[in-house]
This record gives sequence, structure tokens and C-alpha cells, in this order.
Amino acid sequence: MEYEPVIGLEVHIQLLTKTKIFCSCSTDFGASPNTHVCPVCLGMPGVLPVLNKQVVEYAIKLGVALNCKINRFSRFARKNYFYPDLPKGYQISQYELPILEGGFVEIYTDGEFKKIALERIHMEEDAGKTIHKGDGSYVDLNRAGVPLLEMVSMPVMHTPQEAGEYLRSIRKIVRYLGICDGNMEEGSMRCDANISVRPKGETKLGTKAELKNMNSFKHVEKALEYEIERQITAVENGEKIVQETRLWDEKAGITKSMRSKEEAFEYRYFPDPDLVPLLIDDEWIEDVKKDVPELPKERLERFMRDYSLKFDDARILTDEKQLADFFEEALSSSNNHKAVANWILSELLGYLNKDNKSVTDILIKPQDIGELVGLIDSNTISGKIAKAVFKDMYETGKPPKKIIDEKGLVQITDTKLIEDLADKIIASNPKAVSQYKAGKKNTIGFFVGQIMKETKGKANPKIVNEILSKKLEE
Amino acid sequence: MLYKETLHKLIELTDKKEVTPKEIYDSLLKRIKQKDGKINAYVSVFEEFAPNDKTGILRNIPITIKDNMHIKGKKTTCSSKILENYTAVFDATVIEKLKSEGGVFIGKTNLDEFAMGSSTETSYFGTTHNPWDLTKIPGGSSGGSAAAVASGEAICALGSDTGGSIRQPAALCGVVGLKPTYGRVSRYGLVAFASSLDQIGPITKDVEDAAILMNIISGKDPKDSTSADVAVDDFTKYLNTDISGMKIGVYDKVLQDCSSDVAKSMEESVDIFKRLGCELESVDLPNSKYAVSDYYIIAPAEASSNLERYDGVKYGFRADNYENLKDMYIKTRSQGFGTEVKRRIMLGTYVLSSGYYDAYYLKAQKLRGLIKQDFDKAFERFDVIIAPTTPTEAFGIGEKANNPLQMYLSDIFTIPASLAAIPAISIPNGISKNSLPLGLQIMANVFREDNIFKCASAFEKEFNIIKNLPLD
Ligand SMILES: [Zn+2]
Repeated sequence: MEYEPVIGLEVHIQLLTKTKIFCSCSTDFGASPNTHVCPVCLGMPGVLPVLNKQVVEYAIKLGVALNCKINRFSRFARKNYFYPDLPKGYQISQYELPILEGGFVEIYTDGEFKKIALERIHMEEDAGKTIHKGDGSYVDLNRAGVPLLEMVSMPVMHTPQEAGEYLRSIRKIVRYLGICDGNMEEGSMRCDANISVRPKGETKLGTKAELKNMNSFKHVEKALEYEIERQITAVENGEKIVQETRLWDEKAGITKSMRSKEEAFEYRYFPDPDLVPLLIDDEWIEDVKKDVPELPKERLERFMRDYSLKFDDARILTDEKQLADFFEEALSSSNNHKAVANWILSELLGYLNKDNKSVTDILIKPQDIGELVGLIDSNTISGKIAKAVFKDMYETGKPPKKIIDEKGLVQITDTKLIEDLADKIIASNPKAVSQYKAGKKNTIGFFVGQIMKETKGKANPKIVNEILSKKLEE
Repeated sequence: MLYKETLHKLIELTDKKEVTPKEIYDSLLKRIKQKDGKINAYVSVFEEFAPNDKTGILRNIPITIKDNMHIKGKKTTCSSKILENYTAVFDATVIEKLKSEGGVFIGKTNLDEFAMGSSTETSYFGTTHNPWDLTKIPGGSSGGSAAAVASGEAICALGSDTGGSIRQPAALCGVVGLKPTYGRVSRYGLVAFASSLDQIGPITKDVEDAAILMNIISGKDPKDSTSADVAVDDFTKYLNTDISGMKIGVYDKVLQDCSSDVAKSMEESVDIFKRLGCELESVDLPNSKYAVSDYYIIAPAEASSNLERYDGVKYGFRADNYENLKDMYIKTRSQGFGTEVKRRIMLGTYVLSSGYYDAYYLKAQKLRGLIKQDFDKAFERFDVIIAPTTPTEAFGIGEKANNPLQMYLSDIFTIPASLAAIPAISIPNGISKNSLPLGLQIMANVFREDNIFKCASAFEKEFNIIKNLPLD
């Protein structure tokens, strides 16, 4: 029998606000344990939460980007459970009335765009961190109260690859919006997966398992692949799938049962009486909308349309907002869209990959790449020289003209000078000339090479070729 | 004999340079030493007078604080073993406000553990005794503050009221106690019992003192999202006004549940208001008869969550000899909380559990709305509504300690105003056959403390028992 996996993802997005969601402590990562804390996020007796408006604005931004319904009335609820890194004994979250409902994430899979429907997105505070080492457990509450958005998809994905693309799309969008850095390895984006299998054609959902502890897009895909196999094998062996939480064991490459539904927590959600209902009016939404940039898919389509780029090239250029911005800034000094794109795609990205750098922390200026293309187009330098100039630009941040002037790299287009050189080389290489005349036309490369050697590569190769062909044919 | 005086009298005497704040402080300290062994109103007393260089209305006259509000550097125990050694790390907003008006503090008063109770008997630090009769309870949960004010161990005090915890002890100790509109006074720094009901308010010897303290502690606080952005009046301007023509609703249905003493003084109070030219009419609040049941779902639900932070991990009591994390939680909370607190945590946990949430918590919220609606309707016709504060005089220590339902019913008349989030005051309106004080409750619409002060002040002129307070 053929089986169909059904996957739904719960993604936590850690927001890049300066301060925590209910107090004014810093959200900076990497400080000494328990230094970014105050009575509020420590859960001292007698404290009260005050909502950070920026968290709401970030949520609205995401809602606008993903076509969600933005609830004009939403409310915070308490999720009650005991754990040492949860100082109040409850997490402030949203339950019955989340800020965002519906909407979709567009993913690119099998050569086309597909909409993955969302159930809801809500705001909540993060818990602290418990570190087990040696004979004890240690609690760091720097993260307690850092704002999160939890995005819950509908169970509408059917392959691990779709799930991976879904996560990559979210990462791309939240980075475009500037609300999250989307780093799964560092935990600023976290993902739990609900997965079940059913016979193909069946419409009822099978019993699901919840997968946790996957720290990269790759691991999400691997864990899902493993779990789909495990469930199909179990079903085929006549075993019953139990509803449970399973942990992905990265080293062993398997999922392991953590707790069953019977042991599931009773969270006793109820509206948080310390926070008034959150009211959002149209004016606020319109205000936030102004800060929502052109999103990756629209930008990709525009790049293809306006700059005649191929889909794959446009896709790479729009993968990161900063790179797309860089590309468009480079166009301010050149109309040769394709050439500018190529220099960025092959040269610049090559260097960035090699150095593991991002386009935001490099010396080379986008306008200079446009200029470089202009210099090639005007025959001031050859493409080959341009590559060396580019390397210099990348390393020093100097504009191409300066590099060319300093190193005297301006292309030789003086035909008289090239003709004299050609005459000299033809005269001193009679053997090569006779080979050419005997029909070995590629011997011309030898003559070109000689001229380039004499001019230190600065002779215009097109002119060199023309002159040599003419003279050798004589 | 300075300890006997009211706050406004002492302000006057200080301004005339007839007394110094230090003399007042010393007089109080002496009085506390002399009386508190028997009354047990205080959990902690600050032996050193620490002058405050801020100039303001309070002029360094000492204020007494219920031990569930934070004064930075002082203990906040909530009369619980679990916070027995907890030192506050910040000032409650009300404390900040009092300090900025030149206030100083002399001590923190006893309460029912975490303000859960109506008699101050659930305190980990022992029962507070009613200064009118030491065999009686002072009411609760702000029993320590009320007993301290009534016995001259305090000039004036702050209490907190969740279902009657200011008004009921004020009535049973013969003093004035005001629960402001929910949101009028910041809750920041008040250790939460039931967040949607808790409100800080004054307990004083007379109405004027209550108005002075309200002027200081009221107002929007950016640290408390539930505090209201409503302009704060000078409440003292509503004192000593002519109240003829005011429309008063008499919630007299409840008199059948009252002792004959309470019924009689209620009738006398009605006569006083008639004499003052008010128009009185009977009013019914049909859903208020369910108020106690409603309250004992909502308040424990919130409390069960609010008290989760006392887990032995970060601060406060931690049990010895535990085997693992879960065992530490269980032992800490089993040993750290008293019976009544545990009873309410269990009640609250139950009503919030899945499968019971709709049947209890959600239904209780709907009922709360209906109770509020009754008041809204009544306040279309009336400026204030009056009712007895309690159904009986102070009962004996131990009398109801083992009967929680009977105990809960002692707040039967104060809970409706709590659920409706409206302001309500208790002022003395009689003395029982057993020579115990009784209280009249005056309720007004939200943020209409002005009407309360008008009526309470006028009534107090016609009837007060300040001379009868056990101050000698
Ligand atoms: Zn904080």
C-alpha cells in the first residue's frame, strides 16, 4: 500500500526587539548568566508585566507579510507549569484569541510556488535556560521574557522537503522584515513537527507524533524522513501508532519517545488578569505597513521582469534582502543588468562563500561593481583584468578606477602600437607563421599570448585578434 | 498620647510646630510595645525612626503597611512561612508615592496568609486579636492594619482588598476602610492574590484621613497595565459638603441574613441619611446572591496561578531532604503553605483544568458580568448604594476556623463590589449589644469615589465612634 505523510509545523521565532516582551531588560545574546534580569523577568513577588509595543508591531509586520487576519482584539493567557527556568510558574502566551489567524507561507517546490496555509501566529515570552552539568542543574534567566512569535501551520505538508522549504521561506521572510535573524543553530528559530501517515486517498488524519529537538533545516528533514519510515513500518506491521512526543537524536539519526499523551501536561490556560486585552486599530496597522518592505517573492518576480534575469539567478539575488539591495544599488551605476548580476553571482558570492561572510560586512561598494561593468563595456579594461581588479576591490574597498590608475591597467586600444607589436612578433617567429599558414589556425593563440605578455595583459583582446588575423592572412 | 490622633490632626500639629515627627514615631513605638504582645497586629516593627527629607503632605508622620506590599530592604512575608525571610528588592508604587510625599513607615502588619481569609487566623505568625475584645477576631485579611489603627498602634494604614479584606476588618474594628475602584491604585509591588480583584486602599480613624491617603496613592502607573488613566481628584474637597438630594439605593434584601444588631444599625443609618435630606429607596441586585460562589471560583483560579512562583527555586522557603526536583516542589509547597492557601490552590487548579474550565471558570466570568450589570443599572438611578459591611459583629477566635464555608460567608456583602470593580467604603455605623463595632458599606459607580467621600463624610458628622475606639 502507498502511504501519505501529513506534516504540520510549529515554528518559534525569536524577535529582534531591543528589550524583553514584558520588562525593559536587554535581549542581547551571550551575556554572563543572569545579568539581563530584573524583578519582573525573575518572577519576584508583586511584579507586573507591561507589554512591549514593538513586539506587537513585529507581529503585525509578519501578519501583513503572510496575509494573516490581524485580530483587532486579542489577549494574553497564562500557560501554567512548573520548571526551574520558568520563574513565575507560568508562561505568558496567547491561547483563545491570538493576534494573527490564517494566512499562508509560499514555498517553491517541484518547480512551482505552493501556498502552505497557517492556522495562527501568537506572541509569547521565552523561558530561561536550564543547563545540566556535573552534579547539578543551573538556570540562566537571561532568555526568560525574550519575545517569541509561535507560528502554527495547518497539517498540509506531505514531504520532508516541503517542510524544509517552508522553514527556509519563513527564514527568508522574517529576515526581510528584520524581525528575526532566522538562525536555527543558535535557536533564534525553533521548530517542532507534527507528523502522521495515512493510506494514500484517505482523508482522515492518522495518529500523530510530535517531533522536537531539531536544530537545523537539514535535521528537520532528516527527522521527518526517519519518522515517516518508522510510522509506515509500524503500520505495515500492524502496530498502533501512539500519540506521543519524540526527540530527534542527531547522533543516532533516530527519533526516541519522550512522553505519551497520558503524561501530557495540563497547562490550565486562562486569560492573564495582569494584562488588559490588546486592541489594534486600523491606524496602527497602516502605520506598521509602511515599514513592510517588498517581500522576496515579489522582488524575485520584479527582478525577472525588470532586469530580464533568469529565475534561478533572480532567486539567489533575492534570497537575502541585503543582497537584493546590494544588487539594485550596483545598478545605479550601470544599466547592464545581466553583467552586474553575473559579477555578483559568480565573483562576489564566490568570495563571500569562501570567507563565510555576508554582504553586509564587506568593503566593496555596490556602485563600484556597476562601475567595473561600465569599464569593461567601454573597453577600458578587459574582462580578465577586471577579475584582478575585482579581487582588489573586494580586498581593499577601493573603487575600480583608482585601482586601474594606480596599477596602470588601462586597456591598450591603440591599434598602431598593437600593429607594431604584431609585426615584431610575426617577424621573429617564422615557424609559427608557417604553421598557421599551413592551416593550424589555432596557432593564433600563441601570437595573442605573446602580445598580451608584452602588454602585461592590457591589450584589447578583440583588437589584438583582428590585427593578428589580418596580418597572418597577408 | 500622640498615637491616638488622626493623620490630619497630626499634620496640623506638626505644622504648628507643637509636635515633631520623631515624637509621634516614639509615641507609636511605645504604644506598640505596650499593646502588641496581646493584639499581635504587627509582623515587623521598624525600631529606628528614619527621617525622609522629601517635603510633602505627610510630613514624616509614620504610616503602617500591610505585610503584602513591598518596602525596599524590609521583609515582605505575606504572613506565610514560604516568604518568612523574603526581603523586598523594590518599593511598591504606593510606597514610592507615600515616600515622595514625605511618608515614613513604622512597621508591617499581620494578615491572613497571602490575604486569604476573613479573620487573620490563617497567618503563619499567629492570630491578630480584636482590640475591642481580645477573644474576637479583627476580621481579615487586613486584620493587622485594622487592629493597629483601632488600638492606636498605627496612625493610619494601608490594606489590600480582594473580596472585602479592607472593609470587613475595618467594620469589625470600628475604623474606616476604603476599597477604591479597581485600577484606581497601582498594584505594582502588592503581592498578588487574585489579580483581577486586588486593590490597595486606606484604613484610617476617620474619613478625612482616608481622603488624604487616597489623594497620594491614586493614579495611573506605567508599571501596572490594569491601572486606569483617570484623572485624580482632590478627594478632600468632597468632605463636609451638603448631601441633600443625593439618591441612595438601600440594598435591604440582605438584612434577613443579618444579626438583629446589624439590622438595627442599618435602619438607624437610613434615618440619618433621611435627616441629611437624601432620597432613599430600596434597590435589588438580583445576581449578587451568587457573589460568594462566583468569587470562590475566580479568586482561587487566579491565586493558584499567582502562587506558582513560590517553588523553592529562586527565593523563599525550600524544604530539606528532597530526592529530586518534583519532590523538592512537593515538599516545599506542602510545608511552606498553610491549609487555607492550599485549599484555594486546589480549588483554583480544579476549576482551570481542562474539562472543568467551561463549567466553572468561564461560567463564573459570565456571572461576574451579570453582577456588574446589576450595579450598572442601579447606578443609573442612584448616586450610591448602602448595605451593611458584614452580617454580624466580630466572631470569636477559633469559632469558624474549621468551617471554611461559614468563614467565606462573612464576606457575603463585600464581595459584590469586588466583583463589580466598584469603589466601596466601610464606616462605623453602630455598636452591638456586646459592645463591638459595626460597619456601613457605601458603594458608588466606578471612579465615583467623590460620591463615597461626600456621603461618608456627612454620615460621620452625624455618627462616629472615634471616641469609643480602644485607645486608652
Ligand atoms: Zn527583566
